[in-house]
Amino acid sequence: MIGDVLGWLTDPAHAADIGRRLLEHLEYTLVAVLVAAIIAVPLGLWIGHTGRGKVLVVTLAGAARAIPTLGLLYFVVLFLGPRLSGDLAFYLPNELVLVILAVPPILSGVYAGIDEVDPAARDAAKGMGMRGLEVLRKVEVPVALPLMLSGLRSAFLQVIATATIAATAALGGLGRFLIDGLAVRDYTQMASGALLVALLAIVVDLVLATVQRLVVSPGVSGRVDRRAGRGRGGSPETADPAEAAVSTHRPALPTSA
Amino acid sequence: MSYFTSHLSDIATLLGRHLYLAVLPLLIGLLIALPLGWLARRYSWLYPPLIIGTGLLYTLPSLALFILLPGLLGTQILDPFNVLVAMTVYTVALLVRTVADGLGAVPVEVQMSATAMGYKPLARLVRVELPLAVPVIAAGLRVAAVSNVSIVSVAAIIGVSQLGSLFTDGFNRNFLDPIVIGIVACVVLALVLDLTIVGLTRVLTPWQRLRVAS
Repeated sequence: MIGDVLGWLTDPAHAADIGRRLLEHLEYTLVAVLVAAIIAVPLGLWIGHTGRGKVLVVTLAGAARAIPTLGLLYFVVLFLGPRLSGDLAFYLPNELVLVILAVPPILSGVYAGIDEVDPAARDAAKGMGMRGLEVLRKVEVPVALPLMLSGLRSAFLQVIATATIAATAALGGLGRFLIDGLAVRDYTQMASGALLVALLAIVVDLVLATVQRLVVSPGVSGRVDRRAGRGRGGSPETADPAEAAVSTHRPALPTSA
Repeated sequence: MSYFTSHLSDIATLLGRHLYLAVLPLLIGLLIALPLGWLARRYSWLYPPLIIGTGLLYTLPSLALFILLPGLLGTQILDPFNVLVAMTVYTVALLVRTVADGLGAVPVEVQMSATAMGYKPLARLVRVELPLAVPVIAAGLRVAAVSNVSIVSVAAIIGVSQLGSLFTDGFNRNFLDPIVIGIVACVVLALVLDLTIVGLTRVLTPWQRLRVAS
């Protein structure tokens, strides 16, 4: 089977197809996560900073985890599809579901990050004369970055996985190989597509983990020596902080797709 | 909702299958994650590879895993066994870290006291550390239970029947009723599992009830 899959993947006849589907998949994913971030980041910052609407975030995160992705997808596609025309009838409902699924992990990551900031640090910033927005920009956001980015990683994985399923609802992307292969009982094509989707998810996650390492301040991630007792509450006591960046992937919202 | 009343027995059958596919892996996954989590805690050099490894497993999209497993296990694509294995993989991936962190959260002085009272390492683990780690492990288990219910429904695409079959059935016939009923059934099932774990945690940790809720 492995030989068959490798043969399929390296067959020059499939190269153009694979490239096109991969780009489609990336496009759906980036658009959905970007739209979701535009909605969820400001909202999460505001909720974390003001402390209003905490219950909303927690409830939303829990509810989003319980709702079956596949059911939501088919419901929205069947409900909205007939009300739209042309390509939009397929593209918009699918993309909308991807956005809906990407919002909760980003929102809870941003909110939790801001919420976990040490009150003493916040007080110190105010004592230095910083105003609300300045406290947010210079103290809260830098400290919250690891959790914010973990939320973003969850969102990316959720969307990549769900975009795969959306191929059953006439969306393009890498999911096409899985669904088209299933339709004609071509296991090699299915397995090749599945492998591509798995690789895409892993690569995207590793890229984001690297970004996380680069943008999080060394003082926050614990890569500089700090005197004992100054550590961030609840930071994992990992032996090697380098992998802490990779492993701070707390599944705020597991990929359900 | 005439669909609901006329298909009650079908829905009950699908619900039963769904429960089996979601809960059995949860139990097996917990049994596998307990020793792995303990190892990650006991030998610190094992922690990073175990956590990164399980983290990578968790990134795999479920439909991809459902399709790749038959090729790796030599099973038929329609075999529910693939779904059981995939769900166990996800459960383990989520719980190893939870178990390791839960055991790590047991205060050192408690461990020392237990040793001083004459607990051998295994007895100390089973009778002192694990019970104290129950709330943390239960929190991870709740996440796993709820997400398992959602992930299982994806298996309907490859033809393994459970509540997700209501989604594919409704979609193929352009009919919203089964989809809505399927969503409600999934959410209710997830809630019931969640509350069951909360209840079990309360039973297993009577000392927690004596504390003032923080």
